[in-house]
Amino acid sequence: MAGTALRRRLTWQVAKVSAVIVETSSVRTLTLDVPDWPGHQAGQHLDIRLTDEDGYVAERSYSIASAPGEPLAITVERLDDGEVSPYLTDELRTGDDLELRGPIGGYFVWEPENGGPLLLLAGGSGIVPLRSILRHRERTGSTVPVRLLYSSRTLNDVIYRAEFDQPASGVEVIYTLTRSQPPDWSGYARRADAALLAEVAWPATAMPLAYVCGPTSFVEAVSQALVQSGYPPERVKTERFGATGGT
Amino acid sequence: MSPASRGFHRRRQDPAENAGRVPPGQYLTKDFPVLSAGPTPHTVLDQWTFSIGRRGQQKTWSWAEFRALPTQDVTVDIHCVTKWSKLDTAWQGVSVDTLLDLAGHDGPYAMAHCDGGYTTNVPVADLTGGKAWVAYAYAGQPLAPEHGGPARLLVPHLYFWKSAKWVRSLELRDTNDPGFWENYGYHIYGDPWREQRYAGD
Repeated sequence: MAGTALRRRLTWQVAKVSAVIVETSSVRTLTLDVPDWPGHQAGQHLDIRLTDEDGYVAERSYSIASAPGEPLAITVERLDDGEVSPYLTDELRTGDDLELRGPIGGYFVWEPENGGPLLLLAGGSGIVPLRSILRHRERTGSTVPVRLLYSSRTLNDVIYRAEFDQPASGVEVIYTLTRSQPPDWSGYARRADAALLAEVAWPATAMPLAYVCGPTSFVEAVSQALVQSGYPPERVKTERFGATGGT
Repeated sequence: MSPASRGFHRRRQDPAENAGRVPPGQYLTKDFPVLSAGPTPHTVLDQWTFSIGRRGQQKTWSWAEFRALPTQDVTVDIHCVTKWSKLDTAWQGVSVDTLLDLAGHDGPYAMAHCDGGYTTNVPVADLTGGKAWVAYAYAGQPLAPEHGGPARLLVPHLYFWKSAKWVRSLELRDTNDPGFWENYGYHIYGDPWREQRYAGD
């Protein structure tokens, strides 16, 4: 797990919200104008800082949804008992200022030279950094074959659905809906586990590279199943949502 | 002070008795979130060893030998760089003081090595003097694999990425070389009270 040195001071910057896109009833994508954005890699995240009138500060991390070179965007899911996400999804408007710094992280990233085939496994809003990877693949003209398994509660909770219903050449998108399904649903309707992965994942013999992002229970189950099916642990990169744990 | 964010209002009010226990930029959680860069390793205890010392001359304990060492119960606050803090977490473990005394080794810096390939660097001065443990139990139960079991380093006064999960050795060095996250731009030391999250903070 050797790293590449990325040692640069991360200073706070004031971004301007240039667009708010409604993705689902609880999810918004915020496009951000950052004068001095140093660029990022697909899969990285950034920190947001909110300050109230009394100087009280709240900070959180969000995955970057855009590919390198696109206007910077994050996608945020409202957590009803949260302090920052309801502000970002419900209060923030085009033209507002937003303090941020980044990019952060350098392990859960993909570049075309990392190759594939790629297995992308998303639980809920864990899709966000994987969407950045997918867009980066397309923008760089990479032909690495991709399978995306995306687990959501219901069809209405699927983020970026319009984009994923018309995937780029070489990309297969496989949905599973764990809570309820439309009457005519032909996709999967169960939790991602070893049996489901046996049907949809690349075999380990294809030497795939896996990226898993979602709630802890999803990531634990799925990454464990991949290792048991022969994926070398170092070919399985994971990102867990810490703050909502125990789901 | 940063400019106020239009329309932002504080929603969390920590109880007064917790005043002074939450570092800047952190919020309290009652969950115990899990954050790791790869799959959770599952090391069987009869293959588990723990080593400490200079490379090539380390003192090594089997699980049975390690568990026969004197233990301590500690209740501490922990602070993750991803912004959550958790108060009054209760652990059992072996003090790093005990391990270093038995090994008879010394050195200014330590690199923790873990199952799965994770590493993190900590000055030895931050591991000694009753400040750090190799913990094998949490809340009275064996430490769960996703939380770092069989055993993890516990260095609660630094951000929690320094409390390496699945720790297998502490290698003493003369140089303060960056570990896994430190190589990816996280702070070389990681003091939550000075908000040393990233390089340059």
